[in-house]
Amino acid sequence: MKYMILIHSNPQSREIWEGFSDAQRAEGYAEYAALGEDLAASGELIVAEALADASLTKTVTVTDGRTIPSDGPFAEAKELLAGFFLIECDSMDRAIEIAARVPEAEFGLVEVRPIMDLSGYDM
Amino acid sequence: MSTALAVEGLLRELAPEVLGALVRRYGGFDTCEEAVQEALLAAAVQWPKEGVPENPKGWLIRVASRRRIELWRQDSARRRREETVALEAPPEPEPAAAMDDTLTLLVLCCHPSLTPVSQVALTLRAVGGLTTEEIARALLVPEATVAQRISRAKQRIKASGAEFRMPTEAERPERIAAVLHVLYLIFNEGYTASSGSRLHRVELTGEAIRLTRQLRERLPEDGEVAGLLALMLLTDARRPARTGPDGALVPLAEQDRSRWDGEGIAEGVALITETLATAPIGPYQLQAAVAAVHDEAATFEDTDWPQILALYDLLQKMAPGPMISLNRVVAFAMIHGSRAGLEQLTAAEADPALAGHHRVDAVRAHLLDMAGDREAAQAHYRLAARRTLSVPEQRYLESRAVQLGP
Repeated sequence: MKYMILIHSNPQSREIWEGFSDAQRAEGYAEYAALGEDLAASGELIVAEALADASLTKTVTVTDGRTIPSDGPFAEAKELLAGFFLIECDSMDRAIEIAARVPEAEFGLVEVRPIMDLSGYDM
Repeated sequence: MSTALAVEGLLRELAPEVLGALVRRYGGFDTCEEAVQEALLAAAVQWPKEGVPENPKGWLIRVASRRRIELWRQDSARRRREETVALEAPPEPEPAAAMDDTLTLLVLCCHPSLTPVSQVALTLRAVGGLTTEEIARALLVPEATVAQRISRAKQRIKASGAEFRMPTEAERPERIAAVLHVLYLIFNEGYTASSGSRLHRVELTGEAIRLTRQLRERLPEDGEVAGLLALMLLTDARRPARTGPDGALVPLAEQDRSRWDGEGIAEGVALITETLATAPIGPYQLQAAVAAVHDEAATFEDTDWPQILALYDLLQKMAPGPMISLNRVVAFAMIHGSRAGLEQLTAAEADPALAGHHRVDAVRAHLLDMAGDREAAQAHYRLAARRTLSVPEQRYLESRAVQLGP
């Protein structure tokens, strides 16, 4: 089963991150690095990426066949996607266990979503 | 081109025998496995150009043995070991034992210390003779992920102290059951991933059938091995009719049965008939028997539902599970009517494994549809469509909902 672990950020989490000392930030990076290495070693990691700052986002709209990019994410969005892990593991329970190791989980900013597959059934 | 294909087939047939011979002689599954992979690669390059050697298996064993010594030397140097072990010319391959080697290897690759995904990857490489790249393409994951799964699996096997030997009589049923489960997973992986970029994919259903055939040669008396092979053949035979020209899933009731593979059905039916008559009964055989009843019906209306219901009743006693209960409800409804089926469904739903499961909604929608309650059927088709994790299934359920009108 494939799962996407989505890591969000919000104004509070950004504030906390920015208030961190260098040592605290280094610790945060180390936790991410360790998680990435463990998942690669166990063969569960498919891909993991951190997203660039939301200010670099473009929202894309196509009107009458014309593409209109505008600066920034959707206006209403408070919680913004900051990064993700795409993993393959044996169960949702295992995916939750992995997600719990993401530092942002302390702030309730981590989501696990199952990925759709091509399985079919004979009825 | 056909030479290259013939060579590929030959190499994959010989892969487990060569690996088995090496591990039996030298021990150290992980190093031997790496050495055999390299020998297979060398052969895949050389043989189509220079011709297949007279004794292909002996050639592979020789090349792999040499490579194993090199790997072993590198490893020893790294560990600064000074021992000088007899590392002269590799011995000539021993005769026989090939049959048992392949079986022993399968059992080892499906070792209980490994996770199912690792068992699948290792089996495809060590027994199936596939490269890491081919496995990655077949499983739709990156090559690095597969490489890591294989190397981790080999480490685990080493750490668990598992030996290259046949399981004892006491361990045997459990270990063979694990092998059958892995083969079943490989088959399903191939059967389900039926769309997408098929062009360059190794056909996993075919690979699972090939490996199960190999296993059956080694264990001809085992009813469940035969049952699994029959189940695969009878299921795979329906594949040509299972998806429409647009890639959408076609349910059993609507499949064009003239497109089913008659040869596969004949082989599967003969196999399961013979097995049920001679071997102790088991869950794979019963599932194969259900598949055979479907495959033998000329039309959906001709399906022998009482027979299917009887088989599901047996399955529920032998190997109960949520999907068995659901399939049993469908068979029950086909005989006793949709209302009676809906009552049974409500009872089946008490199983916590089925609570909130999208298949319950799909079956309920289907039964409501049969009962003529279009509105409720539509609502449940929609609910099931939202909750399924399968893209083709979602497409099918959505289109059923749409067909029921506004």
